[in-house]
Amino acid sequence: MPAYLDAASAAPLHPVARQALIAALEDGWADPGRLYGAGRRAQLLLDPARESVAECIGARPDEVSFTANGTQALSAAALGTLAANRRHGDTFVHTAVEHSALLHAAELHPGPVVSVGVDTLGRVDVAAFVAAARAGAAAAAVQAANHEVGTTQPVGEIAAAVPDVPLIVDATQTLGHSALPAHWSVLACDARTWGGPPGVGALCVRTGTRWRSPYPADDREGGRVPGTPNVPAIVAAAAALRAACADQAAEAARLSKLVDQIRTTVAATVPDVEVLGDPVDRLPHIVTFSCLYVDGEALLTALDRRGFAVSSGSSCTSSTLQPSHVLVAMGALTSGNVRVSLHHATTQAEIDEFLRVLPDAVADVRAEIGAP
Amino acid sequence: MRLDCRGRRCPLPILDLAKHIGDVAVGETITVEADDPAAGPDILAWCRMRGHAYAGASRAADGTPAYTVRRLH
Repeated sequence: MPAYLDAASAAPLHPVARQALIAALEDGWADPGRLYGAGRRAQLLLDPARESVAECIGARPDEVSFTANGTQALSAAALGTLAANRRHGDTFVHTAVEHSALLHAAELHPGPVVSVGVDTLGRVDVAAFVAAARAGAAAAAVQAANHEVGTTQPVGEIAAAVPDVPLIVDATQTLGHSALPAHWSVLACDARTWGGPPGVGALCVRTGTRWRSPYPADDREGGRVPGTPNVPAIVAAAAALRAACADQAAEAARLSKLVDQIRTTVAATVPDVEVLGDPVDRLPHIVTFSCLYVDGEALLTALDRRGFAVSSGSSCTSSTLQPSHVLVAMGALTSGNVRVSLHHATTQAEIDEFLRVLPDAVADVRAEIGAP
Repeated sequence: MRLDCRGRRCPLPILDLAKHIGDVAVGETITVEADDPAAGPDILAWCRMRGHAYAGASRAADGTPAYTVRRLH
């Protein structure tokens, strides 16, 4: 029984998203900025999609701008907030485990950048973060929960301690799966993670937050994201998010139980393994472990051969041959790393089968390199 | 004792370390010279998992990163 277990990279399209996409391709292909019938029909699809996404996020519709993906949303969140808030300070403070898209945006910040460390579970050092944010920060970034190990971050505690510093929250992986933090200034998310189609992200800027477009601006998406929006994909993304949020409590309970099963079983059946991240205060659908004396790429291939799609933060699986900065920041083993992330279509039988084949797959790749 | 792990990709440097830790006496050190970017974090994690002490990083004469481990048991 093959299974796709890499929802954190891209969840399979939710059935309601498929229906919405097909319908919206019929009626929403035109430029929603135009005043003729086809343009107005596209706008009539785009407006309720925005309202629906805003409601799921807990935002006003005019605070939500659609982007081409989560990476673009996160880049714009960071660069736009930093550009507009230099009068408060010049420093960009972020946790060491933010998504690489955020870190790449930080590389473009002309001022100082402070990366605040995390503990072995991947949770940021709040005291250090608050101290850095109070020492003249233009903006600070904390993800709602980590995309590799699932550990949630104390966003509320940080927001309460530094209410005057614009707070960028990466809600990718959290939105549609778990409750969002109540406080944020600018938020970014990606429809692929909740069962929407590829090619849709959202940038949300709270009313009153200073933000300036890092792009050549036009009149699209509230002046925040230039270019014609992909209306059919946005409509499908909104439908998928609505479905995900409606089922959120039940799905979180179901998937969290499967993650508990993976955490317990992997630790018991795979020798020399470390199951990473917070076992309790975490996302319901993401779990990561690292195996000693295992080549991560070889393990992915061995699991793929057995029909299981998972991802890895091991250096040999990255194009740059660098290990995951998240695992390094936690002081975790980076070799033999596997991230399993679940979604609406994941079944108990799939997880049972994955856990049945995993010990042999690990043993096989260890044998190949002569590991003890 | 020094181990030459140049060109050996993760997880081979820690596998080499595991195979040779027994070659030094308890309390003595072994230094792994490795250019794989994962070697540093993984040697640190290996020490924690195996109950040995990480004694710090330095550079070999050719500039290759070197990681020293003290055998504790």
